[in-house]
Amino acid sequence: MSSSSSPPAILRFFEQAGELGILFIQTLKNLLRKPREKRIFIQQMDEIGVRSLPVVAITAAFGGLVFGFQTYTGFYEFIGSGSEAYSGAIITLGLTKELIPILVGLMISGRVGSAMAAEIGTMKITEQVDALFSLGADPIRYLVVPRTLAALVMLPALILFGDIIGIICAFAFNLLMGVNAYIYMKNTLLYVEVWDVVTGMIKGGVYGVVIAQIGCWQGLKTQGGAEGVGRATTRTMVIAAILVLILNFFISKALPGDLNI
Amino acid sequence: MIHMEELYKSFGDKKVLRGLNLDVDKGETMAVIGQSGSGKSVLIKHMIGLVKPDSGKIIIDGVDICCLTLKEFYDIRRKFGLLFQAAALFDSLTVAENVSFGVERYRDHTPQEIRKIVTESLDLVGLRGIEDLMPHELSGGMKKRVGLARAIAYRPEIILYDEPSTGIDPIRADAINDLILRMQQELKVTSVVITHDMVSAYKVADRIAMLYNGEIIETGSPQNIQQSSNEIVQQFIHGHAEGPIKEW
Repeated sequence: MSSSSSPPAILRFFEQAGELGILFIQTLKNLLRKPREKRIFIQQMDEIGVRSLPVVAITAAFGGLVFGFQTYTGFYEFIGSGSEAYSGAIITLGLTKELIPILVGLMISGRVGSAMAAEIGTMKITEQVDALFSLGADPIRYLVVPRTLAALVMLPALILFGDIIGIICAFAFNLLMGVNAYIYMKNTLLYVEVWDVVTGMIKGGVYGVVIAQIGCWQGLKTQGGAEGVGRATTRTMVIAAILVLILNFFISKALPGDLNI
Repeated sequence: MIHMEELYKSFGDKKVLRGLNLDVDKGETMAVIGQSGSGKSVLIKHMIGLVKPDSGKIIIDGVDICCLTLKEFYDIRRKFGLLFQAAALFDSLTVAENVSFGVERYRDHTPQEIRKIVTESLDLVGLRGIEDLMPHELSGGMKKRVGLARAIAYRPEIILYDEPSTGIDPIRADAINDLILRMQQELKVTSVVITHDMVSAYKVADRIAMLYNGEIIETGSPQNIQQSSNEIVQQFIHGHAEGPIKEW
């Protein structure tokens, strides 16, 4: 179809949102149907979770360091010497509720989402997806469901891992700067609740589903050889990263600040 | 066994099938010939439910598959084995896992039985001892044969071959032709072979159908096709650049 006859951008947007919505409904329908592809689910847990540990560790470590550094500087310059010890709660809340979920979400969009699009896209253009169908396997159940479930499980785990690394690095930086460790820890434990960590992990679960769905959706609609795979990969990265940022705001607004209200 | 009636299919502005009619009888090998891009692959993808027609009927063993849900279509689909043009082996699985893929889903067998079926299927296509290799370790001809072993492993009643001799040298192409004949003789299957290789079509087919402009314009035995008075058929089977077929 020539570009002159392609539908307007707004229609294309709704068309694509519809495609993604249909894929999500099909994924939900296939969640409990047999046969369950346990082997692929475990493979994907390894791919999404275990193999992402180094990149998450580096991201969280430097995220924690820079956040610790800026908060320390802010307290020191604007409140006064000695007040930095009270930054622990702010650093930990900022890391667990916002910074680590966003950083992990963005890194996984790039590392995992685009890999899913590339793998499934290559399967699509080499007729492997058609082969799945002809051999009695539903491509949604075989490809999409295990990836989505694995991402749903592993993203919160990665965020928890990132939280630990980030908090330790921010704490270590403050210790190196001579902050009173006792006051820092005491304030952190006083103001930070388990719910704050859980909030970040809930975001992780949502990001996991979104990243996997977009990667699979773009992979399954790949056309046109290697160029098409490249386009699907790039689109996945861009769409997933933007959605992570947008969803982060809305989930932050939607979730209660603590469980007492 | 396969009855296609007044089949229409378009992709965007491109009309691929325009009222196609085709019958394939039980046990016969039908070769569908036609230019590249004429819709031959789309035709067999209709038979196996990978593509739905815009209108028309596809009747497999008396069942109109156009109206079936995915679940209802499952039993029809297991009647078919499909050899893809580039074999379409699963990159991440070994040869044995590729061959056993359909068996595990379509048949109820123990792991020992599945292993036996894999060995038998690979034997049937002349391959041994490659069960643990990955697809990227195989040559083009071996991939096609593994693809065929995968397609026959669950003993389908109909085998569809999409350009079986494309992309391999003439000797290997002839070996694939021999395999197609062997499948027909030993497994008594019905076969549909999509090809533009006339040597292959003459060798394997009981009947040949020519697809042109979205329709079957001629059907007959290889001898009838060779003697056809249709200029389009004559131009195609002799591979002449000049003639009524002008498209490139």
